[in-house]
Order: sequence, then structure tokens, then C-alpha cells
Amino acid sequence: MTGIMDTALGAPSFRHGVHPREHKEDTRGLAIRQFPFAPMLIMPLRQHLGAPAVPVVRVGQEVARGETIARPDGFMSVAMHAPASGVVRRIELAPTISGDMVESVFIEPLPADTQEVDDGEPCRLDNATPEQIMTAIQNAGIVGLGGAAFPTHAKLRFPDDKHVDTLIINGVECEPYLTTDHRVMLEQSADVIAGIRYLVKATSAVRTIIAVEANKPDAVTALSAALPDDLPVDVTVLKVKYPQGAEKILIKALLKREVPQGGLPIDVGVICTNVATTAEIGRLLPRGRGIQERVITIAGPGVEKKGNYLIPIGTPVRFALEACGADPDITRVFMGGPMMGPAVSNLDIPVTKGTSGILAFTVHETAAIVERKVYACIHCARCVESCPVFLNPSHLGLLAKNEQYEQMADDHSLYDCFECGACNYVCPSHIPLVQYFRLAKKMVRKLRATH
Amino acid sequence: MEIASSPHVASGASVDDIMRNVVYALLPVVVFAVFAFGLSALLVLTTAVLACVGTEYVLNRVAGAPDTLGDWSVVITGLLYGLTLPPGLALWMVAVGGIFGVGVGKFLFGGLGSNAFNPALVGRAFLQAAFPSAMTTWSPAFLADRFAHISSSTLAFPFARPEYDAISAATPLSAMKFRDTGTDPMELMLGLTSGSVGETCAVLILVGGIYLVARNMMNWRITVSILATVATMTLIANTLAPGEYPQPMFMLLSGGLMLGAVFMATDPVASPITDTGCWVYGLLIGGLIVVIRFWGGMAEGVMYAILLANAVSPHIDNLVQPRVYGSRA
Repeated sequence: MTGIMDTALGAPSFRHGVHPREHKEDTRGLAIRQFPFAPMLIMPLRQHLGAPAVPVVRVGQEVARGETIARPDGFMSVAMHAPASGVVRRIELAPTISGDMVESVFIEPLPADTQEVDDGEPCRLDNATPEQIMTAIQNAGIVGLGGAAFPTHAKLRFPDDKHVDTLIINGVECEPYLTTDHRVMLEQSADVIAGIRYLVKATSAVRTIIAVEANKPDAVTALSAALPDDLPVDVTVLKVKYPQGAEKILIKALLKREVPQGGLPIDVGVICTNVATTAEIGRLLPRGRGIQERVITIAGPGVEKKGNYLIPIGTPVRFALEACGADPDITRVFMGGPMMGPAVSNLDIPVTKGTSGILAFTVHETAAIVERKVYACIHCARCVESCPVFLNPSHLGLLAKNEQYEQMADDHSLYDCFECGACNYVCPSHIPLVQYFRLAKKMVRKLRATH
Repeated sequence: MEIASSPHVASGASVDDIMRNVVYALLPVVVFAVFAFGLSALLVLTTAVLACVGTEYVLNRVAGAPDTLGDWSVVITGLLYGLTLPPGLALWMVAVGGIFGVGVGKFLFGGLGSNAFNPALVGRAFLQAAFPSAMTTWSPAFLADRFAHISSSTLAFPFARPEYDAISAATPLSAMKFRDTGTDPMELMLGLTSGSVGETCAVLILVGGIYLVARNMMNWRITVSILATVATMTLIANTLAPGEYPQPMFMLLSGGLMLGAVFMATDPVASPITDTGCWVYGLLIGGLIVVIRFWGGMAEGVMYAILLANAVSPHIDNLVQPRVYGSRA
């Protein structure tokens, strides 16, 4: 039914998907504010996809805010920068949101310091080569800020036989509660355009589309006003639908192209970067600086001072919640949106480059989910009608329950599931489908490793 | 602090909500059934629901399984089963069919979600096989004394042959098939004819269906596919041999077609899960209904058509899985 509606209403979108309640009204109107420094900042050396960075500081050393504290280890790695002027207190394993313990640099900010950041060697748009732009992005520590934390420079380098006809700047932000990309588009539209100029130069993209969902009309206005005359850039407004911000789904919605299974957007002539990532490129490269802070949304019913904050990377969740007035009834905290965001197991876990938000739910929101009864699957097809990649979650769920994990992977495209949670969200039997699929993927990997 | 897998939010409807709403959607049909057929219909429906609910309760207790009455699905089974029975059917037969439908058609398969066939129709099919004559004896609708007098057949002693005191009436389908007599479509629409307890009033069945579709609790594709198939095939037959075959409107509104297409064939458990599968499944049911009604030995074919389609439904799904994003066709 949605298919017919989409065509009728004109605004581009994709088939299937869901419409969770947006809950963005609490923070969408709140301007970005600077967040205070926590007494200890924890910088995991791996907070991106790829190899951990190599520390270039010692315990006891004083570092200046913005100073490089770790260098990239090879191509699939990025640099790290000191989020505050202070002293390196420890370099040791610390818990991260991924669940793994990761080697991390603990920096104690110096309260008396001015926390001024010095500019480094700039990467100028007019005379930089594509190769220099990519290196500058890697040295600025820039990764996908939408959540995946894929090193951005690695996206820009592709084999000579491929070419980019469309650069997509992803300002969809389809997860409920989150309003960081919204505020960035509104308040930093000039940085976004500057970032697009670097990306176009690095990739020779023919045209650029900034994709925004229809629930952010003020961002559309701000971006449209900032559009350059000398570059083919357009703002496209999409119908509001989850998970439209997922790269492959967005490409389908905008261009009706499908990234082949196991392939990358470049295989269909597209490079897609998050809008906040693009703004960071535009802001940092001309000054030769690195990422030492990012914009996140702190919200949810368990938080008093909800808002969009420019927060130092490495801020522990505990400090972030306490500074915002945490409700004593908080039962669940997660990083990112409620559809895909992983739950926090330990409040000492720090904000990293991929963290788009910290949301806190109280017993009011979680009790209904935790206590509800799980029924058998009644084949109602709601999951099938919601899956954006056209899997059969009902059947996959049945196979998972029977522990037929390899069959899920071999015959039912388990690995095409990117765990968006749409099937789980609509399931009237309350079957924990996403949890089943995560487990199944782990089990298949284990089985294949032992064979 | 709770650790849980995302998503951390959920949409509202749960299985018991959906099932309860199906019961609501059936209520107008139930009220009309009692209005048209009187006390006998009330007793048939009550017995049917009690037999089905009681069977599930007892079997769960015996098997040491958790109680499942709270999901409301067995209430739907009981109501649907009762609505498909002739109004004067002996109550002991009603009970036997209900026990068989839930016991064999649902519980033995593994309960809700695992039943390959619609349990209400399993119960009815059992009665059709066991008591073919009682299952095709129809008391007329709107008898003057229907609220004062209970038919003696209804109260027949267990295992005794029921005695019928009202002169049995022909259903519109048997009149068409065996006597070549047509029925005014308007009468069929409003339920002024004889037939099973709850199959006669097409309008109220459609109202219930529209309610469920509006609440996203029913797959309309199945219903539309069945109705379109029956209408198209009948139109072709009627155009080629107008004297021999009825009008499409008669076919759509007579017998158990509307009740079957709206409430029986759409049982999600026993029907395909993919959109395409639902269209194919409806096509199959519609085709079988027309074949049985036109060329079979029985006047009505809805029940067997749906049961046969239930049997092939998993295979239909296997054949028409949607194409996964990014895969080659």
C-alpha cells in the first residue's frame, strides 16, 4: 500500500519502512550549546571502523587541545586529537559502546587552561590535489559521524575504473529523538557547502544532492539559501520514513539505484557522506585542525536539560547525564537513536566520533517493552511489509529459533540485514527479531571459522 | 541499568489486540445471526464458542502448557466455526466439531501460529464428513416463533438422529444448483435468505472487513483476489452460456463466499505472508470455489477451497519470495 502512496504523493522515498513517533519536538528548536569538560576524558584509540590509531603521547605528558595524540595506523585508520588541554594520566584498556575493551588515552583537562585551539597546516581548496584532501581528512581524524564511523578518506578513494556521478550529502536523520544533523544544517550551512567543495574536488563528482526529510523545513530553507552558484548542488526533500538515512536505502530513494549485494555505493556511481561529517570537513580542513568535539543530542524522558550539545569527544556518559540532570528512574541509556542505538552497559563508556546522541528512558518507557508477552509468530506479514531490503524476517526468525543459522545465511540473505529494527518494531508477537539476527550472524561466523 | 537489544521502541498493536479486534468485527454478524435465526442460532454460537474455548483450556492444562486463552484466537475460532453451521444443527454435533477443530486443527499442530489449516474450517469439515445430512438441512430465516421456540433438532440427544420440525428451506445456492431458481441479489446482500448461521448478510460481513482493513489488521489482498477471481470467472461463464450459469453478483453474495473471503481465508497463520503470495492464494481459492459450485457435486465449495489453499500456502510463499535489495533477479 505504501508503494502506491509514495508515487501518488510525489516526494521521493523507498518502499516498505516504518513511521515511528518522531519525538524530535523537544530538541529540534534548541540551538547547539557548548558542553563543559568532564574531569577525565577517555579517548579510545579505535572509535572508527578499521585499525586502531597509534598513540604518540606518553603518560604524564601535557597536551594542548586539538593536538594530535595518535596517528593513523595504515590506510583504514585515522588520527586522534586531544579533546582538551590537559595531562595524559593513563593509557590502558577501557570499555566502549561496542562491548569491547579498547586501548584508550585518559586525559585530565587542566581547569586553568584557556582551551584555545591553534590552527595547523591548512589544506586550501584552491591548490590542494585530491590526494592531499584525502590525507588532510585522514589526519583530521574525520569518520562518518552518522553512526557507522567509517573513515571518510577511505570512502573517497576508489579504483580508476569507477567514477562518481552523484555525491549524496545525508541529512535525513530518520531516527526518532535525534536532532543533531538538523541543527548542523540550520546553524552550519556554510560549513556544509564548504565541505561539499572539498568532496567534489576529491571525487570529481558531477553533481551533489543534499537529502533532507520533510520534517526539517527550516533546514531545507537554510541550506537552499546557502547553495553556491558555481557548483551543481541541490536540496532534495524526502518523505519522512525510517530507515531512509541508511546509505543504501537513501540511494534507492533518491536515484532508484540498488547497490549490489556485498558491493559499495561507488559501484553505482555514488558516494554518500553524512551532513555533519561534511560540515566538519568544511570547517576543519581550512584551519588544519582535527575533530576534538562533535554535536550530539542528549534527550529522552529521563533527561531534564534536553538539548543539542557540542561535546568533547571522550566525555563519559555518566558526566553527560549528570550535567543534564538525570532522572533517578532511568532504566535504560543508549547511544544513538532508539531504533538502532546500542544500550549502554556501563556509564563510564565515553562519547566517541560515531555517537550521535545519548538517550535516557525511564521505567515508564521501558516497562511496557520489557514486561510484554512474546507470542508465536502469526504470519501477519507486518515485518515483511516493513523490511527495507525485502527480507522475510518472519521466516528468518523461525530459522533462528530452530538454530538453523547457516541456512539463514545461505538461503535467506541474513547478511543483507543491517539491523534497522523495523521488523522488530512492528512485530505484534514481540519477537526479538534483531537480537536473533545479531546472534545468528555471530554464530555463522563462529561456525565458518571452525570449519 | 537494563541491557537490551535495539530497537528500544515498539508500535502499539500486539497479537491479542489484533485478535480482539477481529472479535469486534464479527459482532455485527453475530447479532444479525441471532436476529435472523433466533434462539437456535444463539445456542449454536454459544455452544461453538464454549466447546472451542473449553477444549483449548483443558488441553493446555493436560499438556502442562501455559494458558493461551488470553490471546483471544480461540474465541475467533469458536465464533467463526459457529457462524458456518446450519442454524438448526444439534448442539451435541456443534460441540463435537468444535472439540475436533481446536483439538486436531490447532492444538495438535502446535497451537497459535503453527496451525496449517483454519481450525474453524477443520471442525466444520469434520462435521460435513460425519453428518452430511444434518450439515445440509437448513431451517428458514425469520420464522415468526424464532425467539420463543427452540427447534427440536437443536436439542437432539447426543448421538441421536435430530428431528426437524420446521420445513427445511433451500439455500440460494442449492436452489440455483438443484432447482434452477435464482435469488434476488438485494435479498442476498441484506441477509433475508436461509443459509448457515452467519453467512447470510453480506453487508455486515463487509463492514467488519472494512473495519479490520482500516485498522491494518487484515490482508485485503486475499479478499479482493478471491472476489475478483470469482466475479471474472462467473462473468465469462455467464457470457458464454447465460442460461446455465448465474450472474457474478449472485455468486459473490450467496453462500459462505463473503464470510470465507473476509474472515476465513484471511487467517494470517494459514495464508501466505508475501503480497504476491496473497494474490496467488486468493486466485486459487476463487478458482476452486467456482469449479466446485459449477461442476462439483456440492452446492457450496468455499470451505474445501480454503482448506486446499491452506495446504499449499507455504509452497506459494516459497515460490514468490520478494527480490532482496541489490540481488540480481
